[in-house]
Amino acid sequence: MELTLTPNIAAPDDFYAALLATHDGLSCAESEALNARLILILANHIGDDAVLSQALHAALPPKKRNPA
Amino acid sequence: MTSIFDTPLYAYARHADQETKTPRRHPVVIIGAGPVGLALAVDLAQKGVETLVLDDNDKVSLGSRAICFSKRTLEIADRLSFGQTLVDKGVQWNLGKVFFNDRKVYEFDLQAEDGHRRPAFINLQQYYFEIALVDRIRALQQNGAPLDLRGGSKVIDVTPKADHVTLQVDTPHGIYTLEADWLIACDGAASPVRHALGLDFVGRVFEDNFLIADVVMDADFPVERWFWFDPPFNKNQSALLHKQPDNVWRIDLQLGRDIDREAEKKPENVIPRLKAMLGDDINFQLEWVSIYTFQCRRMENFCHGRVIFAGDSAHQVSPFGARGANSGVQDADNLGWKLHAVLDGSAPEALIDSYDDERIFAAEENLKNSARSTDFITPKSHASRVFRDAVLTLAEQYSFARPLVNSGRLSLPCFYHTSPLTSPDTMSGPGRSRPGAPCPDVWLSDGYLLQYLGNHFTLLCINTAPPALGGDIDPAITILCLHTKDNPSGALQTRYLGTVPSAVYLIRPDQHITARWPDFDATAVHRAHRRALARKPKTWS
Ligand SMILES: Cc1cc2nc3c(=O)[nH]c(=O)nc-3n(C[C@H](O)[C@H](O)[C@H](O)COP(=O)(O)OP(=O)(O)OC[C@H]3O[C@@H](n4cnc5c(N)ncnc54)[C@H](O)[C@@H]3O)c2cc1C
Repeated sequence: MELTLTPNIAAPDDFYAALLATHDGLSCAESEALNARLILILANHIGDDAVLSQALHAALPPKKRNPA
Repeated sequence: MTSIFDTPLYAYARHADQETKTPRRHPVVIIGAGPVGLALAVDLAQKGVETLVLDDNDKVSLGSRAICFSKRTLEIADRLSFGQTLVDKGVQWNLGKVFFNDRKVYEFDLQAEDGHRRPAFINLQQYYFEIALVDRIRALQQNGAPLDLRGGSKVIDVTPKADHVTLQVDTPHGIYTLEADWLIACDGAASPVRHALGLDFVGRVFEDNFLIADVVMDADFPVERWFWFDPPFNKNQSALLHKQPDNVWRIDLQLGRDIDREAEKKPENVIPRLKAMLGDDINFQLEWVSIYTFQCRRMENFCHGRVIFAGDSAHQVSPFGARGANSGVQDADNLGWKLHAVLDGSAPEALIDSYDDERIFAAEENLKNSARSTDFITPKSHASRVFRDAVLTLAEQYSFARPLVNSGRLSLPCFYHTSPLTSPDTMSGPGRSRPGAPCPDVWLSDGYLLQYLGNHFTLLCINTAPPALGGDIDPAITILCLHTKDNPSGALQTRYLGTVPSAVYLIRPDQHITARWPDFDATAVHRAHRRALARKPKTWS
């Protein structure tokens, strides 16, 4: 399977607002913990090794990424 | 302290070897009477190989050491005829609980599938393991086995030669010289032999300190493994509570990086820590307290000419996952039959090289698993701590996160599928019994399968048989024919056949499968047997 890196969310503004809303009122540490839980939940949902390793790579800072 | 630590098991006695003008040559000298050296000595003695074990000490190993012995170790101990002693004395446990802060987040059950003689783990003090081995050695000696165990004999120098090794042994009566065709260094993580040969021991050193305490208490904590991440009684650190025989409990308390080790070991500091964990109303006595840091490292090669390293001298792991003694005993299991075959001329010396291939492969697996557990237990960066805590938080509610919790992974035996000795798989049978795998156990109506295997090559024929029994097969191979119709539990079918109607397995003396076929083929058996002994294929051109 290939990692989707083209638009795939039907209502991007809604999702973005919802993402920020989950962090409302949280301290830095709480936000960081929430992000970590969210990553784990999403990673498990994806499951596929190949997609996950592509995603890990795509998230690296540009300098550390291999040219596509 | 307990008198067990003070009782000589193999006291020094002057030996005729010390009087000879020319050094005595021994076929095999083992340095170190820890679990690994002793297990190898028993294996060799059972096979009739003349073996000498030297140890500078004469007692059990000191202090808190291994407590969890794995199923595979028990199976090897069965082959060496001391498994039942371990199981009779050991504590069996199946349930593990993991706590985060003040809450239980998850529990696991090691309940093995049916039809195995031995459980996943038993807990037993390492000194009982060593005593059982020394008892076994005494029994072998009484039956005339050519086996000698010398205490108070410190090896102070080794000099490798082309076809033997010279060693200097220091004793209460002075120094004497010995020669060995093969020298096996089972002299522990600090291995003086490794130092004498100037060999590297590289890997990772973990900075966290752990207080390891063995306490005697009459407490009704259940016989379970309890592991805490960040508990209220040891904030930001971890803790472990595990039962051993004789009402002894093993407690590990992580203390962090920069501590005063001497101060932390003092009873006035240890006791309040333990009371905070166990509760004020519990009476306990300290049997032993030490502070450890852990390493995960190995030698680049375990075989150096006629010097071979086994156990902690060759590889050292952190104790999470109980892979130290367990993997060392598997080194011995791997080496014993190979040395025997080389010494009796049935295999070329090249067979010893496969010990390097197979046990380095195993050591890598053990190091990887132990290092990963240690990283989870002692997160080395802010990000790893954040993810670790996220996993633990999620695990309480969602099952998906539980496999990510790593407080030590079950020590499982290594598969030698990449070994040069192992033949390619030629049947679509179960993966767990593919070539390279250790044989899965099965209850047969009159005993367990593993009781029929080991110590020599076995050809296991299931629902088939060689046309003329023994006809074309090397007499060194024992033939065992079984039928699935005689195995109502169906385990023989599921573990060895899967969907195929019949199978033939060639099994090594260490109970690892080296080849399998859907049906009997004398030429293929012959070829796989030669391959498993590192004999060059015959070329006719
Ligand atoms: C806290 C802790 C918990 C552990 N828990 C577990 C566990 O649950 N399960 C597990 O499998 N493992 C565990 N281990 C690891 C286990 O204790 C070791 O892996 C095991 O003891 C290694 O056995 P060995 O025979 O290779 O070496 P050792 O047991 O170290 O024996 C080496 C022997 O060599 C002798 N020797 C050394 N130098 C010389 C010399 N110059 N001349 C003669 N003799 C010499 C020593 O006297 C000693 O008897 C644990 C270790 C620790 C510290």
